[in-house]
Amino acid sequence: MSVTTYNVIGTRPIRHDGADKVTGRALYGADLQLARMVHGAVLRSPHAHARILRLDTTKAAAHPGVFAVVTAADFPAAPTDKIVDFGEGDTLLSSLRGNILASGKVLYSGHAIAAVAAVNAHVAAEAVALIEVDYEPLPCVLTAPAAMAPGAPLLHEGLDNGNVAETIRHEIGDVAAGFAAATVIVERELDTATVHQGYIEPQNATAFWSSDGRVHIWCSTQGSFVARDASAAVLDIPVSQVKVTPMEIGGGFGGKINVYLEPVAALLSKKAGRPVKMVMSRRDVFTGTGPTPGSRVRVKIGVDAAGKITAAQAWLAYEAGAYPGAMVGPGAMTVFACYNIENVLIEGFDVVVNKPSTAAYRAPGAPNSALATETVLDEIAEKLGVDPLELRLRNAAKEGTRRADGPRYKRIGCVEVIEAMRASAHYNAPLPGPSCGRGVAIGYWFNIGLPSSATLSVNADGTVNLIEGSTDIGGSRTSLSMQAAEVLGIRAEDVHPTIVDTDSVGYTGVTGGSRTTFATGLAVYEAAQDVVTQMKARAAKLWATEEVEFANGTFSSGSNNLSFAQLAAQLGATGGPVVGSAAVNPRGAGGSVAGLIIDLKVDPETGKTEVLRVTSVQDAGKAIHPAYVEGQMQGGTAQGIGWALNEEYFMDASGEMRNGSYLDYRMPTALDLPMIETIIVEVPNPGHPFGVRGVGEANIVPPLPAVANALYRAIGRRLHSVPMNPASILNL
Amino acid sequence: MAPKVQVQTTINNEPVQFLCEPRQTLLECLRDVVGLTGTKEGCGDGNCGSCTVKLGDRIVTSCLVLGVEAEGETITTVEGLAHGNTLHPLQKAFLEHAALQCGICTPGFLIAADALLQQHPHPTEDQTRFWLSNNLCRCTGYDKIIRAVQAAAVEINGAPQ
Repeated sequence: MSVTTYNVIGTRPIRHDGADKVTGRALYGADLQLARMVHGAVLRSPHAHARILRLDTTKAAAHPGVFAVVTAADFPAAPTDKIVDFGEGDTLLSSLRGNILASGKVLYSGHAIAAVAAVNAHVAAEAVALIEVDYEPLPCVLTAPAAMAPGAPLLHEGLDNGNVAETIRHEIGDVAAGFAAATVIVERELDTATVHQGYIEPQNATAFWSSDGRVHIWCSTQGSFVARDASAAVLDIPVSQVKVTPMEIGGGFGGKINVYLEPVAALLSKKAGRPVKMVMSRRDVFTGTGPTPGSRVRVKIGVDAAGKITAAQAWLAYEAGAYPGAMVGPGAMTVFACYNIENVLIEGFDVVVNKPSTAAYRAPGAPNSALATETVLDEIAEKLGVDPLELRLRNAAKEGTRRADGPRYKRIGCVEVIEAMRASAHYNAPLPGPSCGRGVAIGYWFNIGLPSSATLSVNADGTVNLIEGSTDIGGSRTSLSMQAAEVLGIRAEDVHPTIVDTDSVGYTGVTGGSRTTFATGLAVYEAAQDVVTQMKARAAKLWATEEVEFANGTFSSGSNNLSFAQLAAQLGATGGPVVGSAAVNPRGAGGSVAGLIIDLKVDPETGKTEVLRVTSVQDAGKAIHPAYVEGQMQGGTAQGIGWALNEEYFMDASGEMRNGSYLDYRMPTALDLPMIETIIVEVPNPGHPFGVRGVGEANIVPPLPAVANALYRAIGRRLHSVPMNPASILNL
Repeated sequence: MAPKVQVQTTINNEPVQFLCEPRQTLLECLRDVVGLTGTKEGCGDGNCGSCTVKLGDRIVTSCLVLGVEAEGETITTVEGLAHGNTLHPLQKAFLEHAALQCGICTPGFLIAADALLQQHPHPTEDQTRFWLSNNLCRCTGYDKIIRAVQAAAVEINGAPQ
């Protein structure tokens, strides 16, 4: 592997928005204050499944201080079979709207029905309580297996097969022949509960529908253009009539891609003639936004005596929630993605149930399926008497390995990640004592491309201003600025990044799919190259030459030399401003493999699990800002541990979430976790000039099975459903 | 709607009077009445710690305090931590240790950590984790936050004896 030396990439500069964020000056969505602004509140269904017989908003509308009331009847008429696509797959407009404001039926407890705008949030809440609804409760169905059973209550008319919205099948080779050649076969079925991304900032949106017909939306979103396009589709107006200004965003993890409040605030504003701000309560976030699917996954793997996998089969049923779109597609594509297997059969089912409509959550769908694969492999390793990492290494996917869903890998770091795990201090350290167990697992996530745009303008003092459209969830202003600085031979601090509204930059896809440092990074890289080309022409003009070189921040020709800053000072005299720009739609996204080693201790009397030591390993391709790469790995690991050990939507039989607060949902606190060690592996992605793969997601895939495997080592028996909490350990 | 009440406080070393309804929380008053939006709301029921402020000599989740209860009190919010343009050592340490990703929990962590360091000049890792366990962060896994607080302790109080 060749080693490239960089000046900026690989260093750890202070983030550009840092001072604003530690002093309280950074403005998040809920911080916005506008003149004449009023406040919205939403009426939500108490029933998991019911027909709306009567909806009467008269009393609410008459309540003093109320400016507007809206229901689904306020959506403009549109064909019910219209399909919309915002870059990540198509959706029926009727489903999108139906989830935003229910029409005819409510499909989950928490389903929005109507909204009010009033002089303040308290009055809006009073008015919501005055809305009268008569319901005809219907039987509800809450899990994928129950929803697939004959005679299950049906959520929608016209799905392919009862509550199954989509069936997926990937097949290569001949699994029957593969299993016949196996000496050891293990088959297990594992369930996961619905969990939430848990971002600390609730969803929010402020909208102003101007008298000139344009709608301005301010919101905390992972994708300002997706929020624009989805809002325009729901409101049935051209995208150019909507301007989205992305405010700072307080976490997303996939959950702030979909729109919930934006179109409702816009409709309320149109009626009220004022800006309308809406902010969800924490309970609304749990019950009214998209969690990640609960699932049942059955995996069967056969290996020969040499530990080579001869066949693998998976059956996956994911809960979509109220509308089609469970992340079973990526679950099916990743279930065996870490391994080179010739005979594979994968079947996946997208199943609607009476729970909130699910959304993306960090490598969506992959943790659910990896849980099954990686625990089955752990059992096989034990049966063969082989080290669990050695078994994985013998079967690891490599460049050229074909996945069952079609693609062949380009360069991929699976072997390197497993080898880094095996060589780590953690893996070679003894376990601390009795009732302790160590588990390992690996996982894969694709990472994506999608369009991005960027503009760089050169200042006379040798700095540049970066204009971009990727909302910054975890330091991407800086990882993007560093790529510009590297190309231009200046410091990261000499790049001034600004994230602008949808009128002010070219189309840019969501901050999701681990794509921002990769794809927007590529746009920034190309824009910087554009700057270099233009600046070379200026130097050529100054020196009356044709040949100008640029290296390490210096333009040169013969004995002439000018630093970037020196030439920047002469732009006025050589033709005026230099502005570089680029718009990209990259195809070279590189997948990332991650691994986790975890030591746990279980208290035999209480069933409480203590996390003793954790090491997260991930192929970053190239770590632009290693501190933020480590941060992604640590964050994904913490979320995965919470998911494995404790988090779940605790639903009663009527489909009501009984733990819809942070107190009862109980995400990991600082006291629940140790330091999280990280090992960054760098197998460059050939599809990016600096080798970036993207690091946001793969790290949440291994924790579920690694925890399961460690628990088995600690207590000697296997649990087959997540969360593996004290009650389930004691009842084993 | 009950008549508004006048409340006299000292916020970040400045005398501040504000008018609020009796039902409004201190968090609402700080954000929507006084205009100090650095203090964040994550849950509204005292479980996330994002709205942590110093009230008198103790830290509180300001979503569980009424605005009228702040009468005569001294309040410190995240906006009051820095001295002019000089960041508080905790603010500096959070930046140097990359202890924030999205930043929404950061104001609450900074106020809570400041109170920790006043009580325990050299907190152990366990003390730090226990003290900060009322503040939820979903981005970082806490590792870099704990390291930043411990680095700030050394910066402020010198190396432990």
